[in-house]
Amino acid sequence: MNHLPQAWGRPRDDVYGQYNSAYLPSSHHGPTTHTQSPIVTGTSVIALKYSTGIVIAADNLASYGSLARFTDVHRLKPFNRKAIVGFGGDVSDMQYLTRLLKRLDTQENYADGDVAEVDSDGDEVEGEEKPHMSAKNLHAYLSKVLYKRRTDFNPLWNALLVAGLDEEDKPFLAFADLLGTTYSSPSLATGFGAHLAQPILRRVVPDEKASEKLSREDAVKAVRECMKVLFYRDARSMNEYSIAVVDREGMKLKESEKLEGQSWAFAEGIKGYGTQTV
Amino acid sequence: MTSIGTGYDLSNSVYSPDGRNFQVEYAVKAVENGGTAIGIRCKDGVVLALEKLVTSKLQKKDANRRIATVDRNVGIVSAGLLPDGHHLVSRARDEASSWRSTYKAPIPVTSLADRMGAYVQMYTTSSGVRPFGVTAILGGWDAETEVDVDGVVGKGPSTGAGGKTKGAKEGGAYLYMIEPSGAYWGYYGAATGKGRQAAKAELEKLDLDPKKGATISLEEGVKEAARIIYVAHEESKDKEFELEMTWVSAVSGPTKGKHEEVPKALREEAERLAKKSLEGEDEEDDGKMEE
Repeated sequence: MNHLPQAWGRPRDDVYGQYNSAYLPSSHHGPTTHTQSPIVTGTSVIALKYSTGIVIAADNLASYGSLARFTDVHRLKPFNRKAIVGFGGDVSDMQYLTRLLKRLDTQENYADGDVAEVDSDGDEVEGEEKPHMSAKNLHAYLSKVLYKRRTDFNPLWNALLVAGLDEEDKPFLAFADLLGTTYSSPSLATGFGAHLAQPILRRVVPDEKASEKLSREDAVKAVRECMKVLFYRDARSMNEYSIAVVDREGMKLKESEKLEGQSWAFAEGIKGYGTQTV
Repeated sequence: MTSIGTGYDLSNSVYSPDGRNFQVEYAVKAVENGGTAIGIRCKDGVVLALEKLVTSKLQKKDANRRIATVDRNVGIVSAGLLPDGHHLVSRARDEASSWRSTYKAPIPVTSLADRMGAYVQMYTTSSGVRPFGVTAILGGWDAETEVDVDGVVGKGPSTGAGGKTKGAKEGGAYLYMIEPSGAYWGYYGAATGKGRQAAKAELEKLDLDPKKGATISLEEGVKEAARIIYVAHEESKDKEFELEMTWVSAVSGPTKGKHEEVPKALREEAERLAKKSLEGEDEEDDGKMEE
């Protein structure tokens, strides 16, 4: 979707004419705008729910327009043991959100530490098992932040996926973007992934029931396959990516996975590029 | 022993003819009535311990945690007026958060102690407020490993971060104690509250100065801290108490650089040994009396 101002409903200059700045204070040459265009951007993030957890992946590229500028950018950010956020869109806004979440995590930790948690048996729950903010809580928080910023006409130009476990340790996956739009589904993808990867993922998990039956290995296989397809077809992608699997036992994050099994054999058959005329 | 203020003690921020702010000195009295709090700086971390005097049988055990965390790697324990202690911790957390916002890095313990000292001192300069009725013991560990900038993106140039002194040893354990006047010093062992005299005597016996070759490990520190609190409790023998202990270790240690409560098993073991050593002393005393 084209999120730039000209496309989202601002009155078109060729229809209504340009803003007449004569009516504005001399310091303003137009209306006050914060609305930006993203500068350094990350492309798609894809994720899938399986029986006991989630798989999420994003490549390690930050593009500067059409320049593949930074090739070691990790767009999957773990929050705590139970949640991970994948960011697409503007990288500086991703950094802002990462720092915001770090502050949130620190403050949540203050509250946790004050009372000794007691589980159903009356035994003290030790350190790591203390309840954390779940992925569901994290998604709610991020949605509110994003929607607030859009209402201020100063959006955080991202499309992100929040994946992990909810309060009952069931797999959780939801989307949130620069407009404040949110939705949830057994498989999700942002950017080009929504067009290219979702059909593949939906064939694997057409509905919730299918996702409850899906094994971890099959889920990881499907996601890796989609990353390969995205590299074939998304012109702003890379062959190195990060992938994370979150389940009750914990989170495994791998940050330098290379695409395997690529086939560029079709290139042999392409005719008519460059100087070739036959 | 206590000088009468005679008119110079009615307002805060007022100097007496011999250069004292009596309100600050009276604040120290409030601290002396509180439960003992100690801190021990060990070779590879810091231990904080508190004698929590139980004021009511209706209080839920283990529910009222008083040693607070600031950011991830710093703990504060205070003796004296509890609400003043809470406020100081709240300010410390704000200072740590604002440092992180500006510098994208955790606040060094030394800087936090400095900011807390300055904050406490502010309350000695206006007659509209009263000084803090707490002495706060601040213990933390600055990471000895390379910590990435907050929100770091990418790995950066392969030649590494610039502006660093080669071979300099980073990080370490820090222990500070901030008094109601705003004065603070760094310590190897610090004690405050009702049983501080007995606690200080025990801490001095421990030989904690690494320059003199003494190095106490974190585990030993935990056991000693428990024992010292039990010794200090003799001052308030008539009241029940709960022992609360927290520790921060190096990034390579048991708490991975975070300030946490000492695990229940280790704390109970330390308490058991503390009780045993106290009984041992009693038996010696009894033995001597019989002779």
